[in-house]
Amino acid sequence: MEKKSMKGWLYLLPAILFLGVFMVYPLVDVCIYSIEEGYNSASQTFYGYGKYNFSYVLRDPYFLQAIKNTFLLVIITVPLSTIMALLISLALSSIKKFKELFQTIYFLPYVTNTLAVGLVFMILFKKTPYSDGMINALIHLFGGSSIDFIEGPYWAKMLVMCIYTIWVVLPFKILILTSALASVNPVYYKAAKVDGTSSFRIFRKITLPMISPMIFYLVITGFIGAFKAYSDEVAIFGTDLNASGMNTIVGYIYDMLYGDSGGYPSYASAAALILFVIVLTITCINLLISNRNVHYS
Amino acid sequence: MKIRLEKLTKKYPSRDRKSREEVTAVSNFDYEVPDGKLIGLLGPSGCGKSTALNMICGLEKPTTGRIWFDDDDVTDLPPEKRGVGMVFQSYALYPHLTVRQNIMFPLENFKGKDKLSKEEMMAKADEAARLVQIDQLMDRKPGEMSGGQQQRVAIARALVKRPRVLLLDEPLSNLDARLRLQTREEIRRIQRETGITTIFVTHDQEEAMSISDYIVVMNVGEINQIGKPQEVYDSPVNLFVAKFLGTPPINVFDGEIKNNALFVGNDRILENTGLGDQKVTVGIRPEGFLPDPEGSLVCELSSIEVMGRDTSVVASHPACQASSLRAIIGSDSREGLKTGEVRFKIKPDKVHIFDSEQVRIS
Repeated sequence: MEKKSMKGWLYLLPAILFLGVFMVYPLVDVCIYSIEEGYNSASQTFYGYGKYNFSYVLRDPYFLQAIKNTFLLVIITVPLSTIMALLISLALSSIKKFKELFQTIYFLPYVTNTLAVGLVFMILFKKTPYSDGMINALIHLFGGSSIDFIEGPYWAKMLVMCIYTIWVVLPFKILILTSALASVNPVYYKAAKVDGTSSFRIFRKITLPMISPMIFYLVITGFIGAFKAYSDEVAIFGTDLNASGMNTIVGYIYDMLYGDSGGYPSYASAAALILFVIVLTITCINLLISNRNVHYS
Repeated sequence: MKIRLEKLTKKYPSRDRKSREEVTAVSNFDYEVPDGKLIGLLGPSGCGKSTALNMICGLEKPTTGRIWFDDDDVTDLPPEKRGVGMVFQSYALYPHLTVRQNIMFPLENFKGKDKLSKEEMMAKADEAARLVQIDQLMDRKPGEMSGGQQQRVAIARALVKRPRVLLLDEPLSNLDARLRLQTREEIRRIQRETGITTIFVTHDQEEAMSISDYIVVMNVGEINQIGKPQEVYDSPVNLFVAKFLGTPPINVFDGEIKNNALFVGNDRILENTGLGDQKVTVGIRPEGFLPDPEGSLVCELSSIEVMGRDTSVVASHPACQASSLRAIIGSDSREGLKTGEVRFKIKPDKVHIFDSEQVRIS
C-alpha cells in the first residue's frame, strides 16, 4: 500500500511541481506582498506587516476610478451582451437559408486580434486632424455636432468601451447559445404545438429553462471576464489609462507593477486581492440565484 | 367522434438535390375511424404510419386529401383547434416541470372565454392524474420516475383538456417487456373509461392485435388491410399482411396447384382447392401443423423447444423459403417425435395461398 501511494505521488510530481512554482507560490506571494508595508523592490526590504497597503489602495483616486469604470463596464456589458447573444442565436436558429454564412459572420470578431479590432474602432470613433471618424460623419449627416469619443467626455468614452466590449464577447456567447438551442429536443416543441402554446410561452417555459445551464455559464464567465478587462481598454485608449480616466482594476494592478509610476508590488497585490474578493462575492451571489432558476437535466 | 380520412396523401421533396422526384410517405389513405374505438395503426418502420398520425394531429399538412372530425373539416386547422391529445414515443415531458405542472401545461394555454382559474386547472389535473393512477406522484419531476410512470403522465397530459381524439405514437416501445404488457392493458382501460376515439401507432403486431378494436395494416405508404385483429389474422389479403401478423411468423413455401390439388415441393398437402394450375406461394400458420405418421408434409426435424403449454417444432423442408420452419403443437402430441423425418397433417383453414402477385386467392 505504502509503495503504491509513493508511486502515485511520483506520477503526480511533475504536475505538482509545475503548479506549485507557477500557481501556488505566486498566490501565496501575493498574499504576503499585500501585507508587507513600505516594500522597496530595488532593495527588497520592508518596514513591517500591516493593512496599510489596502487602505492606501482604497483611498487612491486612480483605484476608485478604476473600480467605478470596471463596475460600470460589468453592469452594462454582461447583461446586454447575453441578451443580445440570445436574441441573435434565436434568430439564427429560426432561419434556414444562409444560416452557416451568418454564423460565420457573427463568429468573425472572435478570431480577430484585439488590437486589430481596436484599430477598426479608431477609424469609427477617433478624431484626427483629417477626419472626425465615421460615427461623427453619421452624426453630422443627421445634423448633430461631433463628439470626441476617444478623448472627450466620460460618457462618450464609456459608450465606446461598452460597445467595444460587447462586440468582442458576443461571438463566443452566440456560438454557445446556438448550440444550446440546437440541443433542445424538437419533440418538446412538437408537444407544445399540439397544445397550442404561444411562441412566447414556448420560449419562456420551455426554451429558456432548457438552455438555462448554458446561460448561467455565460453569465458567470462573463462577469469574471469583464472584471478582468484591460487589454480592450489599451487597444482603444492607449497605455496611459489613468490619464484618460478609463483605467480598470487589472489596469491599475499592472500600472502599480510596471507602469511609469510603477514598482509597487505591495499595492498591486493588495489591489489584486480586492479584485479577487469582488469576483468571489459576485460569483457566490450568481450561484445563489442560479440554484432557483437553473435546471440541469 | 368519428374521423374520416379522405384520400390523404403526403409527399416530401426528395433529399437528394439532383433528383426532382418526390418521396411519397402516405398515399391515398382512405378510412373512416368509428366513434369511440381503439384503432391500431400497424406497419414496419418507414411505412408512413407516423406521418399519417401527424397529419391527423395537425403537425403535418397533407399534400392532398381531407380530414373530417364528425362533420368538421379540420384539414387546415392547427392542432390546438382540432382538439387532439398526443402522446409521443419519448413522452416529451418537460423535465424542469413537476408532474402537476406538466399536466396543467395544456390548460394554461387556454385564452379568452376558455381561460380557467387556478383551482379549475388543479381539479382537472387531479382528475386526469387519478385516471392514470399517478395522483400520489404529482410533485415529482419526470426524471425521478420510471418509464411506465412517465408514460402515464404523458397520457394524463394528453387527456387533461378532454380531447376529441387521442393519438399515441409508439407509446410502448420505450418500456421493458413486462411493463409493456401492463401498460397496454392500462391504455385499453383508459380508452374504455373515457370513450375517446383513439388511434395508436405501433410496429409491434402483438401489441396492436391485443388491444385494438380494429387494426390498419400499412406498407410503403398504403393501407393493405383494415379489420378486426382476428379477421385480419385469419384472412390476410396478401403475403405481406400474412407475414407481418403473428408470432412466430407464418411459414412460407413455394408451391404449385396441379389438378386442383396443392403441392408444396413434392408433397401433396391439400385437395379440392378450386384453383387452376399455377405456381403459388403458400403460407402455413405455425398452429396449422399436426404431427401425424400419415401426414402429407414431410419435413426434416431439427429441434424441439418446449415452452410450457406449447411445444415449438423447428424443422426444414426443401420448398420452404426460409432455412427452417416453425410449428406450434400441443404438448401431448410431442410424444414420439424424434430427430429425422417427421410428417405433418395440415389444417386447411391455416393455409393461405397467394398468387404470383402475392395476393391471397385461397
